[in-house]
Amino acid sequence: MATSTTKALAGEEPPGAPRTTGGERTARRRSALLHRLDVKGAPFAFVAPFFVVFAAFSFYPLVYTSWISLHDVELATLDVMEWVAFDNYVELWGDSRFWNALQNTLTIGVISTVPQLLMALGLAHLLNYRMRASLFFRVASLVPYATSVAAAALVFTMIFERDFGMINWALGAVGVDPVNWEADKWPAQVAISTIVIWRWTGYNALLYLAAMQAIPADRYEAASLDGASRWKQFTHVTVPGIRSTIVFTIVLSTIGATQLFGEPLIFGQGPNGITGGADNQYQTLGLLLYEEGWKNYQMGRSATVAWAMFMLLVLAFVAQRLIKRLRSRTS
Amino acid sequence: MTIHSLPARTKTPDRTPAEKPVRRRGGRRLLRERAGRQHHAGPLAYVLLAVMAVLSIFPLYWTMVAASTDNTRVSQTPPPFLPGPNLFSNLARAWDEAAMGKAMINSLIVAGVIALSTVMFATLAGFAFAKLKFKGRNVLLMLVIGTMLVPPQLGVVPLFMMMSELGWSQQLPAVIFPTLVSAVGVFFMRQYLSEALPDELVEAGRVDGAHSLRIFWSIVLPVARPAMAVLFMITFVHAWNDFFWPFVVLDMTNPTVPVALTQLSAGYVRDQSLIMAGALLGTLPLLAMFIVFGRQIVSGIMAGAVKG
Repeated sequence: MATSTTKALAGEEPPGAPRTTGGERTARRRSALLHRLDVKGAPFAFVAPFFVVFAAFSFYPLVYTSWISLHDVELATLDVMEWVAFDNYVELWGDSRFWNALQNTLTIGVISTVPQLLMALGLAHLLNYRMRASLFFRVASLVPYATSVAAAALVFTMIFERDFGMINWALGAVGVDPVNWEADKWPAQVAISTIVIWRWTGYNALLYLAAMQAIPADRYEAASLDGASRWKQFTHVTVPGIRSTIVFTIVLSTIGATQLFGEPLIFGQGPNGITGGADNQYQTLGLLLYEEGWKNYQMGRSATVAWAMFMLLVLAFVAQRLIKRLRSRTS
Repeated sequence: MTIHSLPARTKTPDRTPAEKPVRRRGGRRLLRERAGRQHHAGPLAYVLLAVMAVLSIFPLYWTMVAASTDNTRVSQTPPPFLPGPNLFSNLARAWDEAAMGKAMINSLIVAGVIALSTVMFATLAGFAFAKLKFKGRNVLLMLVIGTMLVPPQLGVVPLFMMMSELGWSQQLPAVIFPTLVSAVGVFFMRQYLSEALPDELVEAGRVDGAHSLRIFWSIVLPVARPAMAVLFMITFVHAWNDFFWPFVVLDMTNPTVPVALTQLSAGYVRDQSLIMAGALLGTLPLLAMFIVFGRQIVSGIMAGAVKG
């Protein structure tokens, strides 16, 4: 059945002398076997690289973290592991810095994620209008996404500067006393959340916009025939129509919030950065993990913090599931 | 108003997927035809969008302003709103003092290699998940999606140990290897190829007796090209801006751009316009990319979104 295209594709040489039937049969059998091997095996070969790299550099470290957390390991002597069972966990539980970091991570997580996603929803709705320069507005809202954590944090650190920062100058112009953004707990957390909100609102808005554009037009038509106002259409057609995208962004933002590291580190301007301020007033779990491992040289305790972060995420998703359950039961 | 008096360019008749021509160029196919009903934007919508655009762009504009003045001017009140004369001298200082030159080259290598390998492996895996039948396909795909939920930072301690054992501490491979693949990339390519690659093309290749790699090379790659370009850019942005792991594993003698930027601001004496010049320098390459390929990046992010 071989055609000339086959030969061109498979890179075969045209046969020289006509072969005997027996030879032909074995050749055909061999190529049939190869073909079957190819059809069965190739897909696995194609997906293998992803799984191999993931297993080596993500999954294995994650599992091994729990093993390290049961040991004392010094940064200087990484090969010496001393078994201490659950001592690290007991110490962490009794460590006020851990509870402080946990609380900061949660509060900064909430005040950065909630406004961010609400604003993204509004922005997506605006971008969904038919208008001039729509591409400009879309690209403009992605500019923060192109800015690195480091660059964004540096700029906002300056904008929130106590003595000559733009925010305090603007507050002064309307007669409000300057705020000590870095030293006071709540202002510092608000400032750090601002960096997160600025960087991710536009990106999330584009995800929502994509989902909004996939909503069938007849749902809007049906709603407007029922006499639903624009606002009603938004709350009863648009928002339910992009529900799974909203869940997806909540999941991603939650994971991101747990990992918060670069923003508070740079906001602290050097020596204050790792401890999250002079009184740890904005130290997150990510910063605590780094401080334990790379400033106090206790890798075992660092791994314990990492594992606690993982547990926190698991708990968050279990809680989400439970809330969903209860909700569906009551409605 | 009769049908005939309508403007001619209302709507092209819907075509079945089979007769849709496969576009080979440009990322336009990634932009979905809109389904939701579109109202025209009123003046209020324009005003709000303009405010959003200003809020998005202003911090970067101000980075440029601060980078172009000197320290005494930056720390005056009211703050300067217009660029000063020192932009290029400050950029030159940042390039020299903050190891920015080396950092730029490092970041270029890291982001380039990561983006290339991510695109290659994502296209291979995405093709397999989209068009090939094999045992456990759905389970493996669920596994890929599940891996998106594992934050890479949690394995940072063992990863650090692995790297020092391999002798890669402070070396670029330590940053490159853990991010050679991306679950989001695999998922994105699968979504794209499911829609853009007709089954008939793959079948035709099979009938012609081509083996899978050959089909991938001659049939899949040409179709996947626009999506590959978009994935390359998005991965490049993420790799260029990645902070936590490079900060942990690299030191100041061999930094990537974000790591070098922390060095700028870590001192007790703060040279604000130098810091801002560094921040601007580190952002410029990506900004240039966004200005040139903005449309493709926007449509790529939207194509990769979960819909519904």
